[in-house]
Amino acid sequence: MVGKPIGRRHLLISTASFASLIAVRASADTYSGFLPWQANRNNLPPQVKPGAWIYFTPEEAAAVEALVDRLIPADELSPGGKDAGIAVYIDAQLAGDFGKDAGLYMQPPFADGLPGQGPQSPLTPAERYRKSLAALDQYCHSAYLNKAFADIPASEQDKLISRMEAGTLQFQGGVNSKAFFLLLWQNTKEGFFADPIYGGNRDMVGWKMIGFPGARYDYRNWIDKHDQPYPYPPVGLADHPNWTRPA
Amino acid sequence: MAQKLPGKDVVIIGLGWTGSILAYELTGAGLDVVAIERGAWRDTSTDFPPSTAPDELRYGVRLDLFQRPEQSTLTLRNKMSQTALPIRQFGSFLPGNGVGGAGVHWNGYTYRFSESDYKAYSHNVARYGKSVIPEGMTLQDYPVSYADLEPHFDKFEKLLGICGTAGNLNGKIQPGGDPFEGPRMSEYPNPPDQMPLGPTLFTKGAKELGFHPFPVPSANMSRAYTNPLGVTLGQCSFCGFCERYGCGNYAKSSPQTCVLPALMPRKNFELRTLCNVTKINLDSTGKKATGVTYVDGKGNQFEQPANLVLVCSFSFNVVHLMLLSGIGEPYDPVSGKGVVGRNFAYQCTSGVQVKLDNRILNPFIANGVGGMALNDFNGDNFDHTGLGFIGGAVLQATQSGGRPIQQINGFSDDPKWGSGWKKATKENYQTIYALGTQGSVYPYKDAYLDLDPTYKDPYGSPLLRLTFDWHENELKMSAFVTDKLAKVGKAMGGARIQASPRTGPYTVVPYQTTHTTGGAVMGDSRETSVVNKYGQSWDVSNVFVYGSGLFPQNAGMNPTGTVGALTYFSVEAVKNQYLKNPGPLVPV
Repeated sequence: MVGKPIGRRHLLISTASFASLIAVRASADTYSGFLPWQANRNNLPPQVKPGAWIYFTPEEAAAVEALVDRLIPADELSPGGKDAGIAVYIDAQLAGDFGKDAGLYMQPPFADGLPGQGPQSPLTPAERYRKSLAALDQYCHSAYLNKAFADIPASEQDKLISRMEAGTLQFQGGVNSKAFFLLLWQNTKEGFFADPIYGGNRDMVGWKMIGFPGARYDYRNWIDKHDQPYPYPPVGLADHPNWTRPA
Repeated sequence: MAQKLPGKDVVIIGLGWTGSILAYELTGAGLDVVAIERGAWRDTSTDFPPSTAPDELRYGVRLDLFQRPEQSTLTLRNKMSQTALPIRQFGSFLPGNGVGGAGVHWNGYTYRFSESDYKAYSHNVARYGKSVIPEGMTLQDYPVSYADLEPHFDKFEKLLGICGTAGNLNGKIQPGGDPFEGPRMSEYPNPPDQMPLGPTLFTKGAKELGFHPFPVPSANMSRAYTNPLGVTLGQCSFCGFCERYGCGNYAKSSPQTCVLPALMPRKNFELRTLCNVTKINLDSTGKKATGVTYVDGKGNQFEQPANLVLVCSFSFNVVHLMLLSGIGEPYDPVSGKGVVGRNFAYQCTSGVQVKLDNRILNPFIANGVGGMALNDFNGDNFDHTGLGFIGGAVLQATQSGGRPIQQINGFSDDPKWGSGWKKATKENYQTIYALGTQGSVYPYKDAYLDLDPTYKDPYGSPLLRLTFDWHENELKMSAFVTDKLAKVGKAMGGARIQASPRTGPYTVVPYQTTHTTGGAVMGDSRETSVVNKYGQSWDVSNVFVYGSGLFPQNAGMNPTGTVGALTYFSVEAVKNQYLKNPGPLVPV
């Protein structure tokens, strides 16, 4: 079933905020006789905000929201993956350098190799999501009376995720379900635990769950307070009181 | 066509620890020095201030400070019979990039190897007989002794402001230090760091077992420190973002915090960034270097003539450049002849997870090193008779943070996702401490570096090819020392212990350690080494090599201390002998 209304707000498009993290650098620089210094040369990455999907189609976004909500379900410990902003995080990552394999060695020839030789896929992460999500929905359409992954019961979703994890779910078109699970789970953990500036870990729910204080950067008064809970709430990069300038 | 530039006295390839020390020493001797660095300028205030530094995704996961594989990578295979494939994404080791090199993103462990580690071949043969050396192992002695290096260790430790407790002062064993270390002429320049809960419990457990724990010599400042160059470092704040990150507090020793503020103002020093040296040029005899060729970011090619060429980039890049430049005979594993690329070694790491019920570890309160170690099972500090291996490892309690994407410990049978994963993760975060080993890796005939026949870098040159796998000696060593470490974990109060000794085959994922060594090894004979004890090429006497590529094999400790000591040992000879009479410092 295509075109199902998705429970997600379509807000402002802000593609400009996904500029590369890596500052544009000059071709070469020469320094002699001084210690170079430049104010504010290294800035924070732009804040990722929920809005229209940048990379995902609405169907892909629905599937990813459903997947991350099963991988990290809402319970007494934290909100679920969807409300934690994990799909928003993954969408922004796939639209940016990570999704393009920027900086990696992508010269042919490509061969599968041994597991110990590391990732050898000619497909970028963005392409791998696209193919895998299409294969997942295709599977669900045939196995669940024309329903998409997002529309099947949670218990069935969990069964499919377990089969992807084990690599026993056969997708059409040569898509490796286990490889996709590993990529998705890695990105899901990132979206739960990375600084909220990247769009996930909304309201620092991941950090609050485990008690990680975030970007506090100075614990000198607590090093020898062994076995004593750290008393202060987490802070993120964008809202550290000492670091942010008035708008 | 390369544009030829005015000549310099010295060209330095790569401005990390060794390059910046050499630049400081040689500009101080009045020479005109240019450093050519592939990466960009980087400094604390401009590149990793506290407002941007604690970003796990950017630096820890996406590896913002590291060499990008598209710039340069290697191909890997385990066996000579296999086809090597490119390391498309770095994993098991992470070469540094840019000004400061690996000295920016390191944790700061600054050990000295044991006295016997520098004489690993002759020491082991003398104690256990020749049969202790397994078939195919090409173990050899360093051409320098611990005593040769001692004053240079001392100088390096004072440059960095290393924090620690001496275990052996002029032959007298000191309480609280490492009783297995060689004699030191002086105490560490700074006291050891404060200890979080994990290392404190390790100390207690290790002592109960009769072992000898000591504070790991650390480049994370326990107090503000002004080094002999007049540069001041700040106190470490235990922020928990050290390895893979630049330090925003000027509290981790690095070229930026220890050398560059004194070096950069000098008019006889020039740094060119974003320029990649592609070749060391030789004259028609092939016995003298005339300088280097490099390419800037726009693809413009330059020739930089120089009287002295110092190769200071990461160990892989050193070997790559020697092979591309035709300096020294490439190693041939079939005939055993040739030397460049020979004796590649690594570090054999392993871990032990210790569940400490009802504890609150606060793992995020950590610095890069800030912990305890013991050397009871390192090098030849213990009797290897009947064990079936030689070598050993330092055992450490030095968890460097609680960064949640990459540093949450757990057991292999924990739920992998879902509510079960959440529950286990929350519980594990505060109650599982990770101990680790850094084990020695000895060299073998079939562990080496050469040029790949298929894959090329952006300049059209062949990539470096790494052929490496674990050997029985190292796997037995890892099983032995990891078992000892598990016993310490138990004595710490561990309710459950999971030990993970190293197993084969070698794999490029996940991360293990960036302690890659060898390929441009130093020695007493040109049959078994690329350079002499000063790092001077046997073949081209105005080329000197620095860094861990010089190590004939790797000991069971982090390499940076030895890298620093070898650099000072060499530059003293360059200044006092070579400059007065250029030519081979050791008869060829």
